[in-house]
Amino acid sequence: MAAGTPLLKVENAGIRFGGLKAVSGVNLELRQGELAGLIGPNGAGKTTFFNLLTGVYVPTEGSISLVGEKLNGLAPYKITKKGISRTFQNIRLFSDMTVLDNVKVAYHSLARHSILSSIFRLPSHFKGEMEMEEKAIEFLKIFKLDHVLHEKAKNLPYGQQRRLEIARALAAKPKLLLLDEPAAGMNPQETEDLMNLIALIREKFELTILLIEHDMNLVMGVCERIYVLDHGQLIAEGTPEQIRNNPKVIEAYLGEEVS
Amino acid sequence: MNVLKQAKGFWFTIVLAAIFFVVMQFLINGEFLNPFYVNTLYTIGINIILAVSLHLVIGITGQFSIGHAGFLAVGAYVSAIITMKLGLPFPVALLAGGVVAAIAGIIIGIPTLRLRGDYLAIATLGFGEIMRILFLNIEYVGGASGMTVSHLITWPWLFGCVLATIIVIVNFTNSTHGRACISIRENEIAADAMGINTTYYKVMAFVIGAFFAGVAGGLHAHNFYIIQPTNFSFLKSFDILILVVLGGLGSMSGSVIAAVLLTIITAFLANYPELRMVIYSLVLIVVMLFRPQGLMGTKEITAFLKMSKAAKGGAQDGSRHTVA
Ligand SMILES: Nc1ncnc2c1ncn2[C@@H]1O[C@H](COP(=O)(O)OP(=O)(O)OP(=O)(O)O)[C@@H](O)[C@H]1O
Ligand SMILES: [Mg+2]
Repeated sequence: MAAGTPLLKVENAGIRFGGLKAVSGVNLELRQGELAGLIGPNGAGKTTFFNLLTGVYVPTEGSISLVGEKLNGLAPYKITKKGISRTFQNIRLFSDMTVLDNVKVAYHSLARHSILSSIFRLPSHFKGEMEMEEKAIEFLKIFKLDHVLHEKAKNLPYGQQRRLEIARALAAKPKLLLLDEPAAGMNPQETEDLMNLIALIREKFELTILLIEHDMNLVMGVCERIYVLDHGQLIAEGTPEQIRNNPKVIEAYLGEEVS
Repeated sequence: MNVLKQAKGFWFTIVLAAIFFVVMQFLINGEFLNPFYVNTLYTIGINIILAVSLHLVIGITGQFSIGHAGFLAVGAYVSAIITMKLGLPFPVALLAGGVVAAIAGIIIGIPTLRLRGDYLAIATLGFGEIMRILFLNIEYVGGASGMTVSHLITWPWLFGCVLATIIVIVNFTNSTHGRACISIRENEIAADAMGINTTYYKVMAFVIGAFFAGVAGGLHAHNFYIIQPTNFSFLKSFDILILVVLGGLGSMSGSVIAAVLLTIITAFLANYPELRMVIYSLVLIVVMLFRPQGLMGTKEITAFLKMSKAAKGGAQDGSRHTVA
């Protein structure tokens, strides 16, 4: 891809729930390799925007495209295959499955062995499953989760659950990773580890990342560009410095915290 | 390596099954078992197939389908037509029963599996009742008085079908396809976000379940001499549902154990239908009070074998934290 071509292009996108315009008229472009932040007060529409990008909701206006390809109206699993993967504000792990199996699920769409080959235990089944397992274990090492491979996800401490969710999202081989409040509920130490992890994976996987975060230190510290959403509308975008000094933002969001 | 270990366990199970098969065949052929026991054995086998096939839909994929008797009915009637009206061999009837039930599964599954929870339950319950009423009104298959069917069931066919059901469902479950289904049960939104085609796998589990319920219908029809629409009411669906819930949602061995236990209880209380219901209810109440997760929880019997082998500390099944 030519440098500078936007990876994600959102034009005028929005959705309304009945009378409520949860998101409206959002224009946004993410360049390949960018780490951007999405901030805004509670109920601003940040999660809803992620739901638009990932196909959980179909936009009622505007369009969303990834590398020039339109995504509107595609089912979430198809959008994931096209290269957008996410984590959830309220962790959504497969709690009764092991750590290893959580990651294997994300590898599923890359599996080439068919249902029949699994039912009849053909060589392609064993080959496919073995590859998956080896890849998943290697992968979990990066996230320092290889010592809990066979632990059920629900039995992990909170910080590790967050990490596993990011690992699982990355296993789906996204071009664009969406993180919905990844540091929510973490203590300062865990938050710092998380920031390092995000920097690491971005480099290692040549990712573009958009993250929602309430922790201003985290956002200002790691993001190159920041978008501010308020009442469903984008009210500002820019570098952390610009955002910090933007009067609209201070009024809508930061001011709220000061007062 | 996990995958290889699984393969070893698989062959070990096959050998055990073969031994069991030969011993029972010897007992039946030598008439060491009286007809009552043989009949109970056949009924156990049929109920195992029903329980395990519904386990795939409810326990593995998490789709609360309660019209399983509908597929049983389809399999029973189709297979009876094949042998009694068309004069074709019994194995063909079993296969046809399964295939037609699977087709019914596709037709019912695609629209209803978009529904969730209560709605899915009601839709599948409705399907079961519609099947019953359909057969009730078709003169060709005897209407309310039903259809007489020859007793063609044999131990090898029954055993073969039970074994095939278990192998197919275990192998499906322990693969990337089974994990896709379990991920839907665990969190459908996340499964979707991880690239799982949730509708496809829900329908697939439903259709495989329907196929084996249809095969069970074929066995059932050729075991009981007569089939009538009343055999396939929603009460029958509940009977199957109870096996899955009692065994422990998510545990196939649990479904098998529950099928064996409850069939035996039912057989020995056949002459006291009122007492049967009382004891049946008592068993359920006691299990639900003391083991609300079902006899086996979500564990498989192999987990217990491994545990005793390793002589390790108790299973760690810490309190569920719900991270909303
Ligand atoms: N499915 C829905 N139906 C109706 N309203 C919805 C739906 N989803 C979100 N909303 C509304 O849209 C608005 C934006 O919600 P959203 O969850 O996107 O906010 P947010 O910016 O993520 O907030 P927070 O910081 O608290 O996570 C809220 O008013 C919410 O009630
Ligand atoms: Mg949110």
